[in-house]
Amino acid sequence: MTPLLQVSNIAKFYGHRIGCTDVSFDLYPGEVMGIVGESGSGKSTLLNCLAGHLTPDTGAVRFDTRTDGLRDTVTMSEPERRMLSRTDWAFVHQHARDGLRMNVSAGGNVGERLMAVGARHYGDIRATATDWLGRVEISEDRIDDRPTAFSGGMQQRLQIARNLVTGPRLVFMDEPTGGLDVSVQARLLDLLRGLVREMNLSAIIVTHDLAVVRLLADRLMVMKDGHVVETGLTDQVLDDPQHGYTQLLVSSVLQV
Amino acid sequence: MISVENVSKSFTLHNQGAAVIPVMRGASLQVARGECVALVGASGAGKSTLMRMIYGNYLAAAGRIMIGDVDVAVAQPRDILQLRRYTLGYVSQFLRVVPRVPTVAVVAEPLLATGTPRDAALARAEVLLDRLNIPQRLWSLSPTTFSGGEQQRVNIARGFAYDYPALLLDEPTASLDGTNREVVMSMIEQAKARGAAIIGIFHDEAARARVCDREIDVTGFTPKAAA
Repeated sequence: MTPLLQVSNIAKFYGHRIGCTDVSFDLYPGEVMGIVGESGSGKSTLLNCLAGHLTPDTGAVRFDTRTDGLRDTVTMSEPERRMLSRTDWAFVHQHARDGLRMNVSAGGNVGERLMAVGARHYGDIRATATDWLGRVEISEDRIDDRPTAFSGGMQQRLQIARNLVTGPRLVFMDEPTGGLDVSVQARLLDLLRGLVREMNLSAIIVTHDLAVVRLLADRLMVMKDGHVVETGLTDQVLDDPQHGYTQLLVSSVLQV
Repeated sequence: MISVENVSKSFTLHNQGAAVIPVMRGASLQVARGECVALVGASGAGKSTLMRMIYGNYLAAAGRIMIGDVDVAVAQPRDILQLRRYTLGYVSQFLRVVPRVPTVAVVAEPLLATGTPRDAALARAEVLLDRLNIPQRLWSLSPTTFSGGEQQRVNIARGFAYDYPALLLDEPTASLDGTNREVVMSMIEQAKARGAAIIGIFHDEAARARVCDREIDVTGFTPKAAA
């Protein structure tokens, strides 16, 4: 089986400081990988390098494109990369307002991504948007409201609908449940798990919440000071951590 | 089906003076299809540790752990995930679920993960919950607020939803009353009859005597203190 994403030797420096370095891994279709670490450990830098928002200083990010097989997204042309991020890729931001257009209606936010890949029939676009709002549990009568009129949890679900409507194969998520209250978080986690299973999505999730990765991620990567210190099966890394930093991280979680 | 050869394990506590605690050495056992083997030994002897290593939850320091043709001790995460999805089931002592997910969906999840159609998976989950005497009015509620015994039965239903060729049971009858214990016993016997290889930890001696073909004392795998 070909990996969906093949990352080799990614490094990104900010002047003398290390953003992240020596990162390599393969991600297969249907796999969810979590990246954990404290603030400043380089996890968001890495995610942005993978998603094409930042250009890494070294290394390659090969993605299994539908037409040409594995292609290095770091060296591909800007229009090609943009096409990928509109079709096969999705990026869920921590703050929904970074991933939504706040002055466009909910339906418009979902429909925009469809139009970007060529949909033109208004009725079809609206029907698909309605369907997706339903899947993320936003009621149909809110389709013409702007996201500014939505609660934080609804905005986050709208962002997820906007991202998944084009049937992407790889989703990047930056703290998707951060800043949401715990009851909304639980519903969002369940929603994401269902979508991952039904659509056979692959996902890379950056978070500092170990409970979230335990429930959502198959595999885990632990970062500290820009380096990957440990990788493995999620429950194995959390229950039998090998590296001193991971042990500290796991033992520092407050019990409810 | 399950073959453990010369497995050892130690824990290194980096944040407590890098203390190294050897917990297991030379662990070996074989379980054939249709056979149920009990792990016995005093509390702290390493029964759960060995079981967790077989499930891939703990890393083995050395040795081979073969489930079918996969060596869990060295397998890649995705191979272990595949193994857990189709081959190796595990009923842990505690239920861990996404909050607010209905019980029936929790039980159906292993079936959905193997591609069973939604209706069939939910139907099977309902049969199991009914058999384990979970009242129907609780099926649509999340198990997080259930009593200890109810949670354990939900966990068992989940572990038996899919017909795994190999099963690991960690104290499946610990907090159950007589009637439900009987149901679980018969489920284990059925699993054996269809050819599942089972490793179990049972504190309940009567249960052990009834379903297990052999006992393996893990005290024999404990490293000698002064060695």
